[in-house]
Amino acid sequence: MNLPKVVIRGGRVVDRSGERTADVAIDGGRIVAVDTNLAPGSGDLVLDAAGCLVMPGFVDVHAHLRQPGKEEAETIETGARAAALGGYTCIVAMPNTTPAIDSAGVVREVLELGRDTCCDVRTSAAITVGRAGQQLTPMAELAELGVRLFTDDGSGVQDVRLMRRAMEYARGLDVTLAQHCEDEALSAGGHMNEGVVSARLGIPGQPAEAEELMVMRDIALARLTGAKVHFQHLSTAGSIAMVRAAKGGGLNVTCEATPHHFTLTDERCSGFDPVFKVNPPLRTAGDVAAVRAGLADGSIDCIATDHAPHAPEEKERPFDQAPPGMLGLETALGLALTHLDVTPGQLVGLLSSRPAAIVGVSEQHGGPVAAGRPANLCVVDPAASWAVDADALASRSRNTPFAGMKLNGQVRHTLLWGEPVVRDGEAQR
Amino acid sequence: MKHLLGIADLDASELDHLLGLTDHFVEVSRRRMPKVPALQGRTVCWLFYEDSTRTKLSFEQAAKRLSADTLNFTVSSSSVRKGESLRDTVETIEAMGVDAIVVRHGSAGVPTQVSRWVSASVVNAGDGWHEHPTQALLDCYTIREQLGSLDGTRIAIVGDIAHSRVARSDVWAFTKLGAEVTLVAPTTLLPPSLDGWPVRVDQSLDRVLPHVDVVYLLRMQQERMTEALLPTLREYTARWGLTRRRVDQLAEKAIVMHPGPMNRGVEIAADVADLPRAVVIDQVRNGVAVRMAVLYELLGAGSIVVTDPKEIRVPEVNT
Repeated sequence: MNLPKVVIRGGRVVDRSGERTADVAIDGGRIVAVDTNLAPGSGDLVLDAAGCLVMPGFVDVHAHLRQPGKEEAETIETGARAAALGGYTCIVAMPNTTPAIDSAGVVREVLELGRDTCCDVRTSAAITVGRAGQQLTPMAELAELGVRLFTDDGSGVQDVRLMRRAMEYARGLDVTLAQHCEDEALSAGGHMNEGVVSARLGIPGQPAEAEELMVMRDIALARLTGAKVHFQHLSTAGSIAMVRAAKGGGLNVTCEATPHHFTLTDERCSGFDPVFKVNPPLRTAGDVAAVRAGLADGSIDCIATDHAPHAPEEKERPFDQAPPGMLGLETALGLALTHLDVTPGQLVGLLSSRPAAIVGVSEQHGGPVAAGRPANLCVVDPAASWAVDADALASRSRNTPFAGMKLNGQVRHTLLWGEPVVRDGEAQR
Repeated sequence: MKHLLGIADLDASELDHLLGLTDHFVEVSRRRMPKVPALQGRTVCWLFYEDSTRTKLSFEQAAKRLSADTLNFTVSSSSVRKGESLRDTVETIEAMGVDAIVVRHGSAGVPTQVSRWVSASVVNAGDGWHEHPTQALLDCYTIREQLGSLDGTRIAIVGDIAHSRVARSDVWAFTKLGAEVTLVAPTTLLPPSLDGWPVRVDQSLDRVLPHVDVVYLLRMQQERMTEALLPTLREYTARWGLTRRRVDQLAEKAIVMHPGPMNRGVEIAADVADLPRAVVIDQVRNGVAVRMAVLYELLGAGSIVVTDPKEIRVPEVNT
């Protein structure tokens, strides 16, 4: 592909090494210079970044792209476009598709479908065949195809002996096991957080302990096996405290939290609108505060969207019959900038460098913004104020719980291998 | 009032207003020709996703006495079985021209959801474990009728509070009207949190009985046993059932209530259910008048600006 040279002008470059005002010149898909007052040549594409932050593109370790099987809710193409508009240059597909991403054939299909999209689409694969919790997937074969993250996400691996074997096997392959932590014996039948609000509404709840029991169990298993374990979408103060302590004890564990878990509480379920139904469920104000604190102090490694599109009719069912899940890719940055007390440098860590490391894409994503590095970047206007409009989202679905919410911070440009896939807030393909 | 979705949304004056309106319809019900043309030309649709003999009959009788036309949406024979979404179903019903939809559903919140999708009035006839507001209104009316007032009345609600929409409506209705409510139940059958509930809790029915004016028994469902919430029905009855022996601990004027259907011999002894102080039949009778008041409030009184509920006149039938 013959891409023009690109110069990103007048922005404030942010990566994990700090902030500086500089222009960024890009050629052949790579950054060629980061310096003040870079003069564009004739024919170069100049992207205005005045007042903006120039950051390494974001990496989402947790996106449900619904393909194959639920193309009416999302396709890899539309999900990738939503991601690019959200500042993401790399997303990792979750395996709870139909069929599940549990074999070489489906892994190849997903990677192929992701190839010419606006984003670098990677995929996770299931830990167990069909995500049924019975038999391990061919993890070695799938790892050879590039899978770095294995998870049965949508549910957790319930069988402790099987999980132990999965960890032992994964350790030998140098891949990471990611767990959706939910003890199903305890959570069964629960459709929201169990507590004051569920008691009032008469909606069956699932207690925080259903998540925490599996976090506790898998910390123990990580200690036993030495595997790299990543905890997905932690939502309770207790889970975060346990992971913080485990890290303090030197265990090789990481974790993520979602934008909805650092912004919304279970009070949102009061109107019985299933758009606020998600798993793990929205928790209490105390849990939200714990997630924010965990993100600020580094106990939580990264922000993951758990982008989970559902067709409108799916979310127009009774609360206890509607599927859980919310959109996230196009609102994560704005929510982080609006609601988290973190520096731009920390934000790069949470949205880009740390998730890139967790899923093994640090060669391509996550910065630093330096000469020689791949030009996977996003340019963010932190002062832009906007209101979330569900109908304006690029996702094929509309199930955002943030509709109407005012956010600060918007993606202006996203560059994938030097190509502006988003320019002035518009997707280019 | 546009919809009746739950008691939690109402304030004491709205409850008073509906109970005052009920007085008029109790009077209508006593007439030789207990029918008024108040809702002539109005159509009410029953949308019952859950079996309900009593509530549906009671609403049906209320609508007929108000001269409303009624449509019946029968779930078992409908396109719901063919996978039609809830929203499509209610929009279809509304397009046929209905003024009110009375919804009973096994899932909490369905009437609230329906109210967002239609312009017709929505009445909650029971949704999951959430609310059953007309039951609470008829309970309040019955207590007033029997004891004069709810203000200062001491009420024990006994049994499976956790899974009870009746309890969730009654707690709000009773306390908003000034009653003191004590919940009596094994801890497995209490909601996971009672924060914000204006109630006391006691494990011992024997301790509570001498100090209440009303003992309100909830239906104990067999499936609670399979969920490990109770060891046996026998143990439940022994501790929390209103046995003949226990009734004697009640004050002389105290009454016994039950939303029906009763499990005689479980939460209430057979001979207790037949005592004069058991007002279950009065509850059922008042249910019709209360539901007339609700339908009239939502559909009939809408165009009339009334400041004093006493000024509402129920149109007389010309005979």
